Amino acid sequence: MDHGTTWLTTSLIYLAAAVLAVPLARALGLGSIIGYLVAGIVIGPWGLALVTDAQTILTVAEFGVVLMLFLVGLELEPSRLWAMRRPIFGWGSVQVISSALLMTAAGVAFGVAWPVALAASLGLAMSSTAIGLAVLAERNVQPTAAGQGVLGVMLFQDVAAIPILALLPLLPVAAQQATAATAGSGWLTAAKAVAVIAALLIGGRLALRPSLRWIARSRTPEIFTAASLLLVVATAALMHAVGLSMALGAFLAGVLLAESEYRRELETDLEPFKGLLLGLFFIAVGMSIDFAVVLAQPGLVALIVLGFVAVKAVVLVAMARTMNVPLAERPLFAILLAQGGEFGFVVFQASAQAGVIDATAASLLVAAVAISMLVTPLALVIVDRFVTPRLASRGAPKLDEIDQPQREAVIIAGFGRYGQIVGRLLLANGMQPTVLDHDSEQIEAVRRFGWRAFYGDATRLDLLRVAGAAEARVLVVAIDDVAQSLALVDLAREHFPQLTLVARARNVQHWYQLNERGVAHIERETFDAALMSARSVLEALGFERHQARNLALRFRRHNLEQLQESAPHFRDESRLIAMSKIGRQQMEQFMADERARKDSRRQASGWAGAASDEAGDR
Amino acid sequence: MARIVVLCAHPQLEHSRVTHALARAAAGRDLPQVEVRDLYALYPDYLIDVATEQSALADAQLVVWLHPVHWYGMTPLLKLWADDVLAFGWAYGPGGTALRGKDLWLVTSTGGSAEAYRPDGLNRYFFDAFLPPYEQTAQLVGMRFLPPLVLHGAHRVGDAALNDHVQTFVSRLASYPDWPEIEDIAPCDVREVPAIDRPAEAD
Repeated sequence: MDHGTTWLTTSLIYLAAAVLAVPLARALGLGSIIGYLVAGIVIGPWGLALVTDAQTILTVAEFGVVLMLFLVGLELEPSRLWAMRRPIFGWGSVQVISSALLMTAAGVAFGVAWPVALAASLGLAMSSTAIGLAVLAERNVQPTAAGQGVLGVMLFQDVAAIPILALLPLLPVAAQQATAATAGSGWLTAAKAVAVIAALLIGGRLALRPSLRWIARSRTPEIFTAASLLLVVATAALMHAVGLSMALGAFLAGVLLAESEYRRELETDLEPFKGLLLGLFFIAVGMSIDFAVVLAQPGLVALIVLGFVAVKAVVLVAMARTMNVPLAERPLFAILLAQGGEFGFVVFQASAQAGVIDATAASLLVAAVAISMLVTPLALVIVDRFVTPRLASRGAPKLDEIDQPQREAVIIAGFGRYGQIVGRLLLANGMQPTVLDHDSEQIEAVRRFGWRAFYGDATRLDLLRVAGAAEARVLVVAIDDVAQSLALVDLAREHFPQLTLVARARNVQHWYQLNERGVAHIERETFDAALMSARSVLEALGFERHQARNLALRFRRHNLEQLQESAPHFRDESRLIAMSKIGRQQMEQFMADERARKDSRRQASGWAGAASDEAGDR
Repeated sequence: MARIVVLCAHPQLEHSRVTHALARAAAGRDLPQVEVRDLYALYPDYLIDVATEQSALADAQLVVWLHPVHWYGMTPLLKLWADDVLAFGWAYGPGGTALRGKDLWLVTSTGGSAEAYRPDGLNRYFFDAFLPPYEQTAQLVGMRFLPPLVLHGAHRVGDAALNDHVQTFVSRLASYPDWPEIEDIAPCDVREVPAIDRPAEAD
């Protein structure tokens, strides 16, 4: 088979596997990551054996993780990263060190030699950045307390990888085949690492933006894409050359560019590469599970998986409690960090090379980590179905959460862009609403401007009571999340029937659902802004400003009438489509009639003239 | 019982004593034949729903315009209501007979006292001098213009006087169309204006 055909066949297999497995997994409600992992197992050496070189693929696909961290870095301006230094270094080190120590102790207790136990524990303490961040992105929970915690710990793990890899060769060697690694080279590596990071930071600050500007000026979109990729590849290569985590380097490059004007462009250019490579990475993880090892000692593998996940989970639950992660978010936090990670593979490989652990133990550990990565998305599905709903409805008040009873006339739930505008108009007229938001950073920010803002999940009954929902007159539901918004509306209608609900609808479907619940004041968040733009368009085309205003307002009224009319059928999609078509025709007819009437009146000279005297010129 | 529609148009009802009291009394339970349409509440964005307004008048025998006098005339939303609702081909012009035979009653109040509406007063004219546009509007759409109910000095009116005024208004609404003076008012004399007399379009 010549080279071209191999490439074609391989692409064919991967793409087909992904295209089949992922939609299937999502349809089953399992999330895309499980889809990729299962696809990997199916096409891998222990499935249909369509592909056998999992390791090669894994190396290529690791670049997906690198790209992902670059993109995560792009979202974090240096100032925000600096603000996160405590969660990163504080909680990150707590997680890695206490998990590793506990696992080492457990290993020693089971009669494993301490150097082996320590090396294995350090590898097992790592969590899968790929799965963790992909899950955070898939669920859009990056800004929550749990999301920030997960991100912080994972960033620390990437940093910690450097000293861990430097430390491994220093451990007493189990077998006789000690490699040439010496203590000296460990320190040298560390020094090189620091030098490269410093160079990256300084060089990045000075050179990155000017060069991107120069490239952007060439006005060749694909060259900008190429430059984006080159930037990440070059950073990764540089880090790799000095034995650092490629992902960490990419992350730093991302942070350096987070404030640049090219942030969005870089993001959109790299997003598809990241997605596909990450998928490939998961497929490779699925393929690399060595079922021979697992089948040889299934009990031992199961014990290792359960053991290390349990130990890490204990540490994480304790951490989540101290970190004040909301109760409902704790399972996500614990599960995402309790799993093993791809970096564990590297640690085991390095340990095996250094002779700290033997090859069999290494492949046993690799299998355990891979299985934990496979189980994680499944565990999340189970937790989502059965645990989180129960946790969400109870839980003790947390730090910074609303605790003093409030008695303002208005409560605003959700204080993002939408809620803030509502709040500002109220404040300008001397009313101080009680504000609830689940984003602690947001709360901190608006408090600085003097808002009576409280951290808390507005869909919790006890919190609503403390916020004064029983005495308030109006509840503004301005939450981003549709499900949460509907949950809050249900809760308010059931327990605080005196509240007038004023709701923000994200889209028409959301509008229908709010309407179905009897909410009288619903505004679609973009509708009026778009109408104003349409007015500007009409004006730019030469319409009189007042005519443009009348046309837009009439359109608005007509549109609302149609929405009300179609509301009872919103679950019947075909009916809805048919109605909206008829509605559009009616609208066009209505506007055309109006134009025709105007024109005809214009021509009926006599009476129009009388009108200009008696009834006014229209 | 003859149906009555009261079109209330006060741009700052929250500051109003007289119009507010009158509108509330008219909406009272003992006047089931009266429908009060608060135009500023219905159309806060000044976008009048013409079809709804026209159908609201369909079976009314008496239309009441209830508004304070602003700049010697009606408040802007009532003027806009007239502009939009009293449409060519509906209220006047060919086929424009929807309001013919109905009555129009102006109920209004002025800030200035009765003395201010005299040739030697601040406003230099008797209040009647400001009424022709109302009368002629009624005339053009074929409505009979009933004698207006006017309260002068609305800002300073005492509670007792205001109460009397409200009572007068309510009893008038309740007894309509059996008003003593109504017999003496001739029905609106609708005249078709000859085509040749129609003024040219003043565009």
